[in-house]
Amino acid sequence: MSGGGIRFDHVSVAYDGNTVLDALDLTVEPGEVMALLGPSGSGKTTALRAVAGFVRPASGRVFLGERDVTGLPPHRRGIGMVVQQYALFPHLRVEENVAFGLRARRVPRAETRDRVAEALDMTGMGAYARRHPRELSGGQQQRVAIARALAIRPGVLLLDEPLSALDAQLRSGMLAELARLHRELPDVSILYVTHDQVEALTLADRIAVMDQARLQACGTPQQLYRAPDNAFTASFVGNANLLPVTVRTDGALLGETELKLDTQGAAPGATATLCLRPHLVGLGDGPGPNRLTGTVGEIQWRGATHRLYVDVDVAGHRVMADVRELRDPPAHGDEVTLHFAPDDAVLLPAGVGAGEERR
Amino acid sequence: MWALFLLLFLPLFALPLLVVLGASFATHWSGVLPSGPTTAHYASATRGEALQALTTSLVTAVTASLIALAAGTWAALAAAELRKRHRKALDALFVLPLAVPSVVVGLATLVAFSQPPMLLNGTRWIVIIAHTVLVTAFAHQSVSAALTRLDPAYEQAAASLGASPAYVLWRVRLPLLLPSLTAAAGLCFALSMGELSATMMLYPPDWTPLPVLIYAATDRGALFTGSAVAAVLMAATLLVLLGVSRIRTRASYR
Repeated sequence: MSGGGIRFDHVSVAYDGNTVLDALDLTVEPGEVMALLGPSGSGKTTALRAVAGFVRPASGRVFLGERDVTGLPPHRRGIGMVVQQYALFPHLRVEENVAFGLRARRVPRAETRDRVAEALDMTGMGAYARRHPRELSGGQQQRVAIARALAIRPGVLLLDEPLSALDAQLRSGMLAELARLHRELPDVSILYVTHDQVEALTLADRIAVMDQARLQACGTPQQLYRAPDNAFTASFVGNANLLPVTVRTDGALLGETELKLDTQGAAPGATATLCLRPHLVGLGDGPGPNRLTGTVGEIQWRGATHRLYVDVDVAGHRVMADVRELRDPPAHGDEVTLHFAPDDAVLLPAGVGAGEERR
Repeated sequence: MWALFLLLFLPLFALPLLVVLGASFATHWSGVLPSGPTTAHYASATRGEALQALTTSLVTAVTASLIALAAGTWAALAAAELRKRHRKALDALFVLPLAVPSVVVGLATLVAFSQPPMLLNGTRWIVIIAHTVLVTAFAHQSVSAALTRLDPAYEQAAASLGASPAYVLWRVRLPLLLPSLTAAAGLCFALSMGELSATMMLYPPDWTPLPVLIYAATDRGALFTGSAVAAVLMAATLLVLLGVSRIRTRASYR
């Protein structure tokens, strides 16, 4: 149907003078999975609802493919949508729920039957066609909701926190299912709203990070993870140690400690934020030039790894390190040395520390 | 809990009804308990004039409830689209007939429909109209309360699937409201079955509802006959309400 992706052109939304989405520019390519990742109140759900047609932008345009849908009512947009609480119609059987969109569009009866069967098979719910929603588990209701959205063969699928009502085990199963569905429907663009970085990293071709009504960063999961643009993105996509440093010509100064790293052209003498991923920090002296010493503030055993919180010499800063499970872990108060490779440290501009203050 | 229920229920609700039931089987009642029993009053309460009045009451109540349900639901659906302040005003307007004595509603209906072109005085329709006005308030109230509880996610899911607002109304919203609609219908029906004061001002000789007959019987001293007719009225109302609640059980999905 109406394939061709989604485009936000400077879309702003305000409720009672409160800007909840501020001049969003974002393009979801045909067949792409875009995750909108952010904390609650960041504007990500509002962005999705602007595509669905449930909120009217104060300014800006929303395009589906080449079509400007900004002024269209929801039922003329031809999108599939799955919401957090599923919203299956309780008075209709599973098959009637899935057929709902087709009947509303007056699709011929025989074709409706085939497409309902196809959508139910695709989500593995063929055996439950005659049940009522109340007779299904949460995960099964989720599958029916997806089948119902797919039955109308939308060019665009909107998923609003679709897994947040499921328990952890079901969630990882459904993530794999969603990835498989997307492989089977390579032309469908998916806009996936979530606050869960694992869902975003697993499923998305690109991630758009939102905070305080604004788009903070947009890129592939690898880009955002390895080389985040700012402190908020660094802390929201994966865990991050964020440390205040002073830029030197060939590295940075953390308190009294000299560190070697790529300054990416930052001016010497300027203050900056050093971003270090916890799993890239090692325990011990290491082969490279960068060492941090401190005392163990806390140690957590997490099965495969130990997480160490080390109070480094710099006032009030703790460095988090995830190291492979230790045979002989240090105790609270022990003096330890941490190391990291120059390539694994990223220098971020200082001052954009919104995410840091939040924690 | 049960003890408290019995303590409150028996004297408040059951006793008056039991007295009516006792009197309907009595030949006279001069001691603590009625003497009898006899079914002679029931013989006259299910025949001729009384049977005619029962039919009149049933037709009036069913017609008034259905009109009230349609009008009340329509108004509630329309009100849901309005701004909050206008909606409150409309709600108040619909409750107004309950705030005045129903005699006033009867009188107002009489005055309003006694002149051409709306000359309904002396017809059954004027009774039905008065009943409709009185019970629409309940239909409107219960439907608008149910509407505010209805999760907008259902409508939005339906709209995103391509359903027009009219399709959403018939296939999603009204079916989801069905339990409240039947509850409202039952309430309207029961109120209309027992309505007396407005009816007294309006009923034509060929359209005498049962409560009027009961009033006339007790007024001329035929207490036991009146009680028997009242028992028939209660039984008929109860039967219809049980039927309605069966529909409601089938219609509640969660």
